[in-house]
Amino acid sequence: MTHEQPPEELTRRVLRIIAETQRKDPAQVTIDSSFEELGIDSMDGVNIVFALENEFDINVPDEEVKSIRSVRDMVEGVRTLVEQKNLQGDTPSDPAPAAS
Amino acid sequence: MRRVVVTGIGVICGVGNNREEFQKSLQEGRCGVGPITNTECLDLRFRNGSEVRGYDQNDHFTPKEADMIDRFAQFAVVAAREAVEQSGIEWTDDLRENSAIVTGSCVGGQATENQGFWDVYKMGKTRVHPMTIPKTMANAGASAISLEYGITGPAFTLATACSSSAHAIGQAFMMVRSGMCDVALTGGSEAPFSYGILKAWEAMRVVSPTVCRPFSRDRNGMVLGEGGAMMVLESLDHALARGARPLAEIAGFGMSSDAHHITQPSAEGAAKAVRMALKDGHIAPEQIGYVNAHGTGTTVNDITETRALHLAFGVHAKQLAISSTKAMHGHTLGAAGAIESAAAILALSSGILPPTIHFNECDPECDLDYIPNCPRTADIEYAISNSFAFGGLNAVLAWRRF
Repeated sequence: MTHEQPPEELTRRVLRIIAETQRKDPAQVTIDSSFEELGIDSMDGVNIVFALENEFDINVPDEEVKSIRSVRDMVEGVRTLVEQKNLQGDTPSDPAPAAS
Repeated sequence: MRRVVVTGIGVICGVGNNREEFQKSLQEGRCGVGPITNTECLDLRFRNGSEVRGYDQNDHFTPKEADMIDRFAQFAVVAAREAVEQSGIEWTDDLRENSAIVTGSCVGGQATENQGFWDVYKMGKTRVHPMTIPKTMANAGASAISLEYGITGPAFTLATACSSSAHAIGQAFMMVRSGMCDVALTGGSEAPFSYGILKAWEAMRVVSPTVCRPFSRDRNGMVLGEGGAMMVLESLDHALARGARPLAEIAGFGMSSDAHHITQPSAEGAAKAVRMALKDGHIAPEQIGYVNAHGTGTTVNDITETRALHLAFGVHAKQLAISSTKAMHGHTLGAAGAIESAAAILALSSGILPPTIHFNECDPECDLDYIPNCPRTADIEYAISNSFAFGGLNAVLAWRRF
């Protein structure tokens, strides 16, 4: 995981994840695409955020997800969380659940 | 077609380990939501659920029996015993042959399955407990009840996510109404608190980190709950012939599927199920006084359900007293339709409508009367209980005071 990521690279990765998750031709997905154009509904949005969390090793709070309205929101949101992560260093890995 | 009545109700859930406690809690607007203790929450973004408190399986089952039955199925048996006891039914060989069992469950014995998979996937064990399959199967509750009473008539389980036990009660209703059976034990149960399934709910981003505030503008999601409710249904003639006192009549049942989206609800689909329940029971919209709403406390459900009530009831929608008791006992998934039907029946018979607790502020898109925070006295003849499941499967039961 690089700590100094060129913005274009991050944007490209987010667009790729959106295209992959939505099973779309990557050429169709641009930073200016609206969710409507891409046919993204709220469940799709949750699925994309799940893929972004895995791709960037970040955690997106529920409240943030509710406020995402566009591809650009997603890119900016990921950028902010990646920057926060880089400032704090690597987040500890998830604790293992105990059998109950 | 025969009239069908309820002669016994049993409930166990986060606001009461029996029918009386449940009714008292509903009438007091008591919240049964708190930190989940049945399983470790670890990294979960939510901590709260509505658990059955102080439940000791040894109070209800021998150790050998308890080993054979998952918590969710135990709840079905415990509720069925209470319902049967209240009904006063005495089992004869003939009645055992002519009785049905129809239960609903969404996730079955999740905790048992979780434990078995944990052992092999994580702990490196090479074998899973041999009771894992029979404890996990969704029909374990129905089977345990049939063993309990020796009932040999039709017995099965329906799984329609959050509508499961509403569909189950509706199915049992149709079987008794048609004359296929004289008596049916029906309802549902759920015990969804295990780490894996809670992670799956977390991923959907519909669970509140705090409490469930149905129809309130500041609502932020559902809270999961566990429990069960069972009822004894029988034909009116059968009940009267044995001197039983009916608690309520099932007046009508309506079902529909949205054919719209796998998780997003549809107002038209829900409204259709409401209309069909009224039509089935020959009930005019103006006769319905109380609605026990699906009311999950998610942004989308509560708006859509409000729209559905407008569509189905027209101008009468504004006159309806509506509440979501999920704010108290949580969303019990496959048990929800049964627990909330019990709440509707107890509201009709007692004349006290349970409130929607944790209601803070009006939402312009939820513009009906949700009985905010305080219970209400009302003399009502008909109520409906709404269940609208993921997958777009809707079930609405209409109840009549007896």
